[in-house]
Amino acid sequence: MTASVRTKTRFTELSARERAVALLDSGTFRELIDPFERLESPHLEQQGVVPACDDGVVVARGDLDGKRAVVLAVEGFFQGGGIGEVSGAKIAGALELALHDAERGHPVCPVLLLETGGIRLQEANLGLLAIAEIHAAIVALRCHVPVVGVVAGMVGCFGGMAIAAGLCSHVVMTREGRLGLNGPQVIEQEAGVAELDSEDRRLVWETIGGEQRVAIGVADALVENDVAAIAGAVRTAFESGPPAEHRSAQVGRYEARLAGIDASEPVDGPALRALWRDEG
Amino acid sequence: MRKMSRGRIWFEALAGAIPDGELASVLCADGAVGGERARFLAVVPDPEARFPRARGGELGLEEGCTLGRSVREAVAEDGDGDRRALVAVVDVPGQPYGYREELLGLHLALASAVDAYATARLAGHPVVALVVGQAISGAFLAHGMQANRILALDDPGVAVQVMSKRSTARVTRRSVDELDRIAEEVPATAYDVGSFARLGVLDRLVEGVDATHPDTEDVETVRGALAEEITSARHDGSTNLSSRLASPEARQHRGASLRVRERLAEEWSG
Repeated sequence: MTASVRTKTRFTELSARERAVALLDSGTFRELIDPFERLESPHLEQQGVVPACDDGVVVARGDLDGKRAVVLAVEGFFQGGGIGEVSGAKIAGALELALHDAERGHPVCPVLLLETGGIRLQEANLGLLAIAEIHAAIVALRCHVPVVGVVAGMVGCFGGMAIAAGLCSHVVMTREGRLGLNGPQVIEQEAGVAELDSEDRRLVWETIGGEQRVAIGVADALVENDVAAIAGAVRTAFESGPPAEHRSAQVGRYEARLAGIDASEPVDGPALRALWRDEG
Repeated sequence: MRKMSRGRIWFEALAGAIPDGELASVLCADGAVGGERARFLAVVPDPEARFPRARGGELGLEEGCTLGRSVREAVAEDGDGDRRALVAVVDVPGQPYGYREELLGLHLALASAVDAYATARLAGHPVVALVVGQAISGAFLAHGMQANRILALDDPGVAVQVMSKRSTARVTRRSVDELDRIAEEVPATAYDVGSFARLGVLDRLVEGVDATHPDTEDVETVRGALAEEITSARHDGSTNLSSRLASPEARQHRGASLRVRERLAEEWSG
């Protein structure tokens, strides 16, 4: 190979399908329930929403460094990446199959590409049920093989799927990625602009952005918004294996950190970094 | 006088014990159901809660962690011996909406509770959710949805949804009337427990019980239902959630969930 200036490809400019292709070993991408099957949401048309033929989730089998893998990529441009019955079942069902294989000694490396506002409101409780099944599958599967989540950005990762990210073994983020339970606009709407000005980009990034999340230990790796960097970070996460104790199981550590917060005093991103860095 | 939420009313009636936890908004006590040891858990309002946005019974930072710890303690204590049942008494209006909550990682607090309940179920504890009031959104995911069995009281005050009706109307730019009309066609968007039951997730709808002022007979009815579901979960031996898709209601109203799984299984190995 001749030395050349490597051109960077911004991961966030790729569609969900392109992201899955870019992540897997070259030439190994194989989509399950591809768009030609037209397995779309049966609940949207009667609510005046045009369904998508993949319901906004791409399920891709392939390899990562020659190891069997499955990539579950949410398309943030369809309904804000909202999880409905079909898209949710694609994720939960694939994780359940990965668990089935892992229990028989054939681990499959699961990667979640999370660009989602959480439950798709038009499908409401069907999305809720699917997300509960996704949670159940992650907790069962990560006993066998690390479950890796990527929050690269444009939409971010919110709602029940942010809880899913909290359950993952490793979370990879870019500076453009945002991770939180309630999105800034929902907080502004529900609690008022005085609580959080969702237009204040710097404030939002200092609160739930990738750099802040990695700095306080809510996510594991901060990488450039670049295909090669993210593909590398995902492979590194699998090489390093499962954590000694999963983040969401470290309740004592989290409780101690919360106990160190004075709830009557204001606290912001930079202050929290200093506080929680000292507490380890 | 302390406000008696439905969660507190049913927790006290069933657990028959005064909780001694450090956090006033999470009730936890060990009791018995049908001769079985059971740990009861409920989230209730605490007007003096340290984080102001979680004073109305919301499942917030401290509530998520405390549920996680209380469930994990039971798993650790029981070891490989007789695993007690865990009963989540569900009356949760949702999660708090706050800047501080997001900064401190509310999603992780809820994940702590989800993780603990799922871990307990996988370890072989019968985990049963009893919905006595509201079961909204992330709070229900964290406290109830990882159960082997879900029961609900058949009562107009029982509501299962992903967001309050007022908020959903704002976010989807629809009127409340319009949402009600859609709910008649799409049961997944309805708030009433009957519509939720149509999705096939409820193992039992407990009828004829006064949800706000239960008398001794009402409590015994619910206790009996809990005992049967705990026994059923124990004998079934399944530690995953697959039974939710096996019901006749699920076949009718979650057909797409089943179809997707069938196709995935066929295409999985290529």
